[in-house]
Amino acid sequence: MGFGPFLLLALMEGLVTAAVLSLAAVGLSLVFGVMRVVNVAHGEFFMLGAVIAWFVAGLVPGPAWMAFLAALVLAPLVVGALAAAVDGLVLKRLNYDPEATIVATIGVMYMVQQAALSFYGPDARPVAAPFDWRFQLPWFGYSGYKLFVVAAAVAVLLAVWLGMTRTRAGLVMRATQVDRDVARAFGIDVERVYMGTFALGAGLAAMGAVLYVPISQAHYLMGHDPLLLSFIVVIIGGLGSLRGTLVAALVIGLSDGVISMFFSPTLAKILATLLVAMVLVFRPQGLFGAKA
Amino acid sequence: MRAWAVHLAVLAALLAAGLLLPGYHTTNLARILVLATFAAGYNLAFGYTGLLSLGHAMFFAAGMYAAALPAWHWGWPAAPALLAGTAGGALMALATGALALRTAGVSFMIVTLMFAQAFALAILYFNGWTGGDEGFVIPSASRHLFGTSLAADTPRFLAAWSLFALGLLLSLALVRSRFGRVMVALRENEERARMLGINPFAAKLKVLVISGAWSGAAGAAYALLFGYAGGSFAGIQYSILPMLYVLLGGAGTTLGAVLGAGLMFYLTEFASSVTSAWLFLVGLVLVVLVLFAPKGILGWVRARLWRELP
Amino acid sequence: MSLLSARGLTRHFGGIRAVDGVDFDLEPGEIHALIGPNGAGKTTLVSLLSGRIPAQAGTITLAGEDITRLPAHARVRRGLAYTFQITSIFPGLTVFDNVALAVQGGRQPGALGPTVEAALARVGLQGMGAEVAGTLSYGHQRLLELAMGLALAPRVLILDEPTQGLAAGEIEGFKALVRGLVPQVAVLLIEHNMEVVMDLATRITVLTSGRVLARGTPAEIRADKAVQEAYLGA
Repeated sequence: MGFGPFLLLALMEGLVTAAVLSLAAVGLSLVFGVMRVVNVAHGEFFMLGAVIAWFVAGLVPGPAWMAFLAALVLAPLVVGALAAAVDGLVLKRLNYDPEATIVATIGVMYMVQQAALSFYGPDARPVAAPFDWRFQLPWFGYSGYKLFVVAAAVAVLLAVWLGMTRTRAGLVMRATQVDRDVARAFGIDVERVYMGTFALGAGLAAMGAVLYVPISQAHYLMGHDPLLLSFIVVIIGGLGSLRGTLVAALVIGLSDGVISMFFSPTLAKILATLLVAMVLVFRPQGLFGAKA
Repeated sequence: MRAWAVHLAVLAALLAAGLLLPGYHTTNLARILVLATFAAGYNLAFGYTGLLSLGHAMFFAAGMYAAALPAWHWGWPAAPALLAGTAGGALMALATGALALRTAGVSFMIVTLMFAQAFALAILYFNGWTGGDEGFVIPSASRHLFGTSLAADTPRFLAAWSLFALGLLLSLALVRSRFGRVMVALRENEERARMLGINPFAAKLKVLVISGAWSGAAGAAYALLFGYAGGSFAGIQYSILPMLYVLLGGAGTTLGAVLGAGLMFYLTEFASSVTSAWLFLVGLVLVVLVLFAPKGILGWVRARLWRELP
Repeated sequence: MSLLSARGLTRHFGGIRAVDGVDFDLEPGEIHALIGPNGAGKTTLVSLLSGRIPAQAGTITLAGEDITRLPAHARVRRGLAYTFQITSIFPGLTVFDNVALAVQGGRQPGALGPTVEAALARVGLQGMGAEVAGTLSYGHQRLLELAMGLALAPRVLILDEPTQGLAAGEIEGFKALVRGLVPQVAVLLIEHNMEVVMDLATRITVLTSGRVLARGTPAEIRADKAVQEAYLGA
């Protein structure tokens, strides 16, 4: 196999990474944008989505696609409900203080991780893909499900974008984002908006995980990488900017694919984390975000 | 005077406990005191100066590897290795702080987190040289100080106690000095401090370098006293632990670090004997502290009982 | 030679010319008042002088030294002190520590104890060093703010609306205090209370829309037609 096909494979893998990244990151971006809360437990919501997908696969009889569909509905609901509880019991009482909420969500992260270890166990377990179709290129075969993940990511992002720009709920969220006191003065129930946003962000992470887990495995520590990568994407894209998040997911995903293929995944991650730090230091509005 | 007396009494009590209690507790205490030294360094940045760092693991690990790698590759003895570790932590803090301190608040937290993450990954990436995730055992020839093996219970405890005592007394002197007043001023109202002729960037960088040196010394001591260095010490848990200890004991109190470290250590010991869910406990304590007791135990004491508590 | 001098000082915020090519001189030993309607650019001008915001054009010199590019804290160390309009103290620290910080950061960081006590005595807060600053009354906090300014041992003291919120009796005490500062210190005063201005100032500069409208002695300013139209007569 020559260099060209290798590069094509790297780019395709990168595109899949970008899709998963944007699915994981869009919820984090939404939560930060509307609530100004940096949710360190975001990766654990992602992990819970994958673990729930595994449980559902064991419970739902019949073909894999039925379990997949059930998980796609159930996981975001369960995880969203959990997130709403975290919001009501913890974040709200901290009055959404930025630094205190980071410390608190670190605590939540450990609790969720440990709960998963206790109830799910330390093993990595596979979940079957809803369909099993490979297509053959002249140089290599490729999983059709991975392409489906890319399409699904596009669909989810489009839905979020439409929801934020075209619906009343989106309008209320954007109003709260601009100024929560003014929003409150206009009769918006800010606390409900926050709870809904936090649940939505967590639900999106869980949905991303259900889509992702067939091309990976479910494991109680799997939230770590999505958290880190979501941070990277959200910060480089500009905190709270949906379009920036998408562009950054593409850039990071593709370069990750290429660097991982030709050098090493660890090196790719080192470079990405350093890039994030530099962006925050020298260009806090993000590389692709709007002006501060 | 009273403050010095209280601190000396605490040190004497710790020394007596380490020497008189059975060996099991002696080892625990050695571990607690090394971790408390780390937390005391963290406390200077977070508790006194208000620099909420999520990346102190990189200073701890920089100190650990700056001491352990020369010991492993070139057979350095303990004393120079310990000094190298202290310098390693300080240099790491100088390099990362010079960049991270251009930001504040949440951005500062994320930048320090990212630097620490990059460092942890770098340890894995250069695993041929660092031993990567598995780590390596420190050669026992390097674990001798003044002719005594640091692997034995009592000398190990005495070494940990000396390090902690030195750190505690130095930090007491520091926070009661003129510069200590500047640290608190930066925490309370940075803009006002600036308009009193204080250079906030330079002062915060100085604090971070001191804090890094402390953390580095603790990391080096950990490797030399317990004989092992590994990539997990650079992970995010080791940035969270000192924060947890400090929050529990009382941020911005000199004795809070050791109180928090000791309580947390025995709490997890106790929890481990009941369930294996020690991480759950760490998370729970963090959430409960942030929600209900953000000042910690000694912060409460200071507010209610003894206002001059340093 | 002027002690503090600005030439062509300019600062725009978006399209708004907050300070637009202002020349300004503060002479040694004078009490110079800066007046003008709200939004005239008074606070922006002193922020530029003290270095809290950077100038986009123009130069500033202090005793002949160009300080235009110096950061705020370095200007403080050279003797340019600023007291805040909204009381800005360290509420969690003692009165002593508040003032001690100023002594440390100022031009003569010598022995702390006597210097702090002297600054406190000067504003009438002697013996209150052990109090926690946040528990003081509003009037006392304003005095503490002033004591911190004095403890810096400044050559130039910028007072931003120092009498705001003070009772009538406290204002009298304040005026006596400021008079006692000159001629060792030159005072630049932003003030809305015209009685205080006319009583204290040796010279007045009137700003409107970021430009100097007039300057002169209190009597000259009172008689100035343009000022009457633009400001006093309103």
